[in-house]
Amino acid sequence: MYIVGELINGMYTSIGRAIKEKNTAVIEACAHEQVAAGVDALDVNCGPSSRDPVGDMRWLVETVQRVTDKTLSLDASKPQVIEAGLLVAKNKVIVNSTTADIEKLEKLVPLAKQYNAGLIGLALSSHGVPQGKDQRLELAATIVSFCQDAGFPVEDLYLDPIVLPVNVAQAQMQGILESIREFKILAEPSPKTIIGLSNVSQGTAVRSLINRTFLAMAIAYGLDAAILDPKDSNLMDTLITAELLNNKQIYCDLYLDAYRKK
Amino acid sequence: MALEMVTEKGAGEVSTITIGATKSSGGTRGKSITIGGQKALPFLFKDGLIPHKPVIAYEIWDVAPTDWPDDLKDVFGNVWKNPAAWAKMCVNELHAELLCLKTQGAHSDYGNKSAADEVAFIKEVLASVPVPVVIVGSGDDAKDNEILPACSEAAHGEKCLIGNALQDNYKTLVAAVMADGHNIIAESPIDINIAKQLNILISDMGLPLERIVINPTIGAMGYGLEYAYSIMERARLAGFAGDKTVASPFICFVGQESWKTKEAKAPVSEFPSWGARMERGIVWEAMTSVALLQAGADILVMRHPAAVEKVSAYIDSLMENRE
Repeated sequence: MYIVGELINGMYTSIGRAIKEKNTAVIEACAHEQVAAGVDALDVNCGPSSRDPVGDMRWLVETVQRVTDKTLSLDASKPQVIEAGLLVAKNKVIVNSTTADIEKLEKLVPLAKQYNAGLIGLALSSHGVPQGKDQRLELAATIVSFCQDAGFPVEDLYLDPIVLPVNVAQAQMQGILESIREFKILAEPSPKTIIGLSNVSQGTAVRSLINRTFLAMAIAYGLDAAILDPKDSNLMDTLITAELLNNKQIYCDLYLDAYRKK
Repeated sequence: MALEMVTEKGAGEVSTITIGATKSSGGTRGKSITIGGQKALPFLFKDGLIPHKPVIAYEIWDVAPTDWPDDLKDVFGNVWKNPAAWAKMCVNELHAELLCLKTQGAHSDYGNKSAADEVAFIKEVLASVPVPVVIVGSGDDAKDNEILPACSEAAHGEKCLIGNALQDNYKTLVAAVMADGHNIIAESPIDINIAKQLNILISDMGLPLERIVINPTIGAMGYGLEYAYSIMERARLAGFAGDKTVASPFICFVGQESWKTKEAKAPVSEFPSWGARMERGIVWEAMTSVALLQAGADILVMRHPAAVEKVSAYIDSLMENRE
């Protein structure tokens, strides 16, 4: 499982304040903690309240890569904010994200290609959130074929079926899980699959339990990557155990330690 | 369009381990031997780097073996009462690059030798020959916990490979090996889960994974070889996929398993159609070795020079394909 830590996000109060005050220590500590918890990459997002997202993204990338060489997932809805991060990034990067809208694809796919970056493609368009797995598949196929035509390597593409909160779209959960499997057969070599996990429990009372249960189910459907809270140790234990049951790791009594030792 | 070879490339590689310290690195060996480091399954040179070839160690005991068949006695009977002479014969006449010194005599069934006796054995061999050595215990846990730390200390700085650490008896040996700068053999009973567990337990004590060689426990051809083969292969593939806890080189005790088989020991009078007994034993040891090389063996501990010769030629012929 490719793990992207979600915690450097201006949406969180302490991070939002640190971005505003340019407090490097807070951001560095947040990066360190997530790396220690076992992430492969760090998401960086300046949050919805940033008044200068271009400048903030640049500052976040520079701050984080001073303390770690982990891959950075440049998370913004505006292409120019992502591009600001790409311009200063020394670490490997993932462009997070494009939708299936042609104007976004035309901007972001060449950019990801130019910077040898990974690319997250959301099964989403300006028409709104997909209602059912057929729409998800259609949107994902649009992204895959655009990447193929543009010469972007499909194995560097991470398709996100768009996880919706369970208290909003309970009937869609099964379809979201099935999409994970269906996305894999859109191309050969397969695109990767990714989810923004925490959204599934948005607004619920038992977030961690719902997060880790959904993650285990998604892993059973072949999920490759997840953006999640790596400091939730129950979640991480579930992730490791689900991978074990999926025969991705060799069992031993200390398999949790073994995974963390890797 | 030309046919394209399908190659598999992973992220991980087998740990690289050096056995034997020369003068410049604090020991007295004439040269050292490096194993591991490969990024591809055995001899698949196009799949990835295979920097070191598998090595063969001759097995030498501290006491004259009483249960080795006559075919081995014919070769070593004149020297096996004198370990130094035995070691010299292996190195000088048979061109051994590595020796495996077994303190079998410490076992109560083989003479119950003391730690001081075994220290003398190790020191005598080290003084007689310049090659790196593997040191293994008698198989009696309590006794091995007495003698192996003493042997480890006696060989301090020689960067030996010492075993066997077991899941329920590893702490004493790990502590000794760490103190004296050696590498360790972790033995598991044809069980990948225990092999992994033991590697973690050992590294948790502070001995790095990069100093562990796995003894997967093998069976000779016809005696469970395929179980060992599949476990070695599975560990290797997991190692290449990035699991460092099983990415250790393998040591396989081929001689001891092959020469106790019925095929190696039964007299011609019992099975006339099987042909000459000596040839059977040699072929059994060689065939078992060849299969284990394909499973990923890095060190083969062998007994009969004719089998060693065949297997060496096999290794050389395959290594010729390295680009």
